[in-house]
Amino acid sequence: MSPSTPAAAPAGAIRGSIAAIGTATLGAARDAGGIVVLAAEVLRSLFPHFDSVEDRGSSTDPAQSPVRSVRSRSLRLRWPSIDGRELVRNLYKMGWRSLPIVTMTALFVGGLMVIQFASFVQQYGARGLVGWGTGYAVLREVGPLMIGLMFSGRVGANNAAELGTMTVTEQIDGLQALAIDPIRYLIVPRVLAMMITLAVMTMVGDAVAILGVMLSSQLILDIHPLTVWYSLVQNIGVGDFLHGMGKSLVFGAAIALSSCYFGLTVKGGAIGVGKAVNAAVVSAAVSICFLDFLMTYLTA
Amino acid sequence: MLNATAQGLAIELVGVGKRFGSRTVLGGVDLRIARGARLGVIGPATGGKSVLLKIIAGLYRPEAGLVRVAGRIGMLFQNCALFDFLSVADNVAFPLVQEGGVPAAEIEPRVAARLRAVGLAGSERKLPSELSGGMKKRVGLARATVATPDVVLYDEPTAGLDPVTTAKIYGLLRADHDARGSTAVVVSSDVDAVAAFADTIAFVDGGGVRWIGPAAGLRDADDARVRDFARGTP
Repeated sequence: MSPSTPAAAPAGAIRGSIAAIGTATLGAARDAGGIVVLAAEVLRSLFPHFDSVEDRGSSTDPAQSPVRSVRSRSLRLRWPSIDGRELVRNLYKMGWRSLPIVTMTALFVGGLMVIQFASFVQQYGARGLVGWGTGYAVLREVGPLMIGLMFSGRVGANNAAELGTMTVTEQIDGLQALAIDPIRYLIVPRVLAMMITLAVMTMVGDAVAILGVMLSSQLILDIHPLTVWYSLVQNIGVGDFLHGMGKSLVFGAAIALSSCYFGLTVKGGAIGVGKAVNAAVVSAAVSICFLDFLMTYLTA
Repeated sequence: MLNATAQGLAIELVGVGKRFGSRTVLGGVDLRIARGARLGVIGPATGGKSVLLKIIAGLYRPEAGLVRVAGRIGMLFQNCALFDFLSVADNVAFPLVQEGGVPAAEIEPRVAARLRAVGLAGSERKLPSELSGGMKKRVGLARATVATPDVVLYDEPTAGLDPVTTAKIYGLLRADHDARGSTAVVVSSDVDAVAAFADTIAFVDGGGVRWIGPAAGLRDADDARVRDFARGTP
């Protein structure tokens, strides 16, 4: 059949769709692989390791070394070192400045949970279960998930944009020209800062959400805050709290790695930075949901 | 072949090749730059000048060939590449702080001296976003030279600057290299300015060094394409 016949058009569209799906799949696999490699490089930087270093000042005799080899290289033992100033700067920027939005969101989330619970409480008279039900959901699921997604939108996007801008304005090249490893100087402090910050934000958010539950229970269901509190402390264990904390650490790492990866691989100026921010937020959201499912399933 | 140090070479490139995808940007470049020399690299856009510079700096790894640089490298980038989140003084101090080995008490006076040398005393606390294009170039120049590198690479040091600022920047480059005797490689589209600064000019085009010779003889080069480029003849 000739390609110019009318029947060829749908076949061409199908081929085009399959090609587009294949391209997108390959792109996603490449990005996932890139994030895993970045994670490995971050982990390596946190432990003593041997590194292949260019001996820029040395001169080897090409007659004795293959001409195709570029510069002379040697193995050197590197001890883990984290730039303290960069870590503190990121903790302040990511943590302190996120606090108002986290507390406000958590307060409303607590209130929303009581509203959703209200009909069941009134129908079955389960007033003593409000603290247990909402606390269980907040500590194990809603707290880490909601704050993780919000953190991704605020801090992850900002991080991808900042690193992306540094990439397109040659600031990353500037570091490398000074023989400074961008992973050690820029990425490791950001990954640690995001993990620490998200865990702390989740703790604060959990506390504020429970406060929201207590206030809303009084206002909407006329349940005394102490009743909610006793229901919570009698039924919720340390394991529930640690379950949520574990998730927030993992989500923090996922947000950090995806935003750093897309920031460092920006191409094409301002448009590229926009695309990187978009990709970082989408990737972090998908990762958070997938990891949440996986961790919940494995610990159920 | 003797090594670069024995030959008094600062930079030596032997058969260096670089590709991006299917496009060959550099194919078998040979280049030898003596210590203390000032090499200007000119040529048409996309000819491979900046790629050559980034290979010397170690930012790009060539697929073929040997690159040898004797000593430490400093680099001034086309966009200055100043770190947005650091003040002018912290940007200049950055190589000394990160490199280690320089006593903390020594860093501030060295930074102040470099900033005075480039005419930016009093701007220590400013952020890069508060600087003009010419000031950014001067901060970049101070940062590139604060650690007293043996080789300084300049990628379009005066791109986008007015003629007066261009003259000032080249004046600073000249003063710095006269004082320290370091080796300079300048990639520039400003043929007249770079020819006035450099002692040797390399014309890079079509993936290689098409012509190399004394800066004084550029306009009378035996290659018509180089001659036309230097004279601005279409």
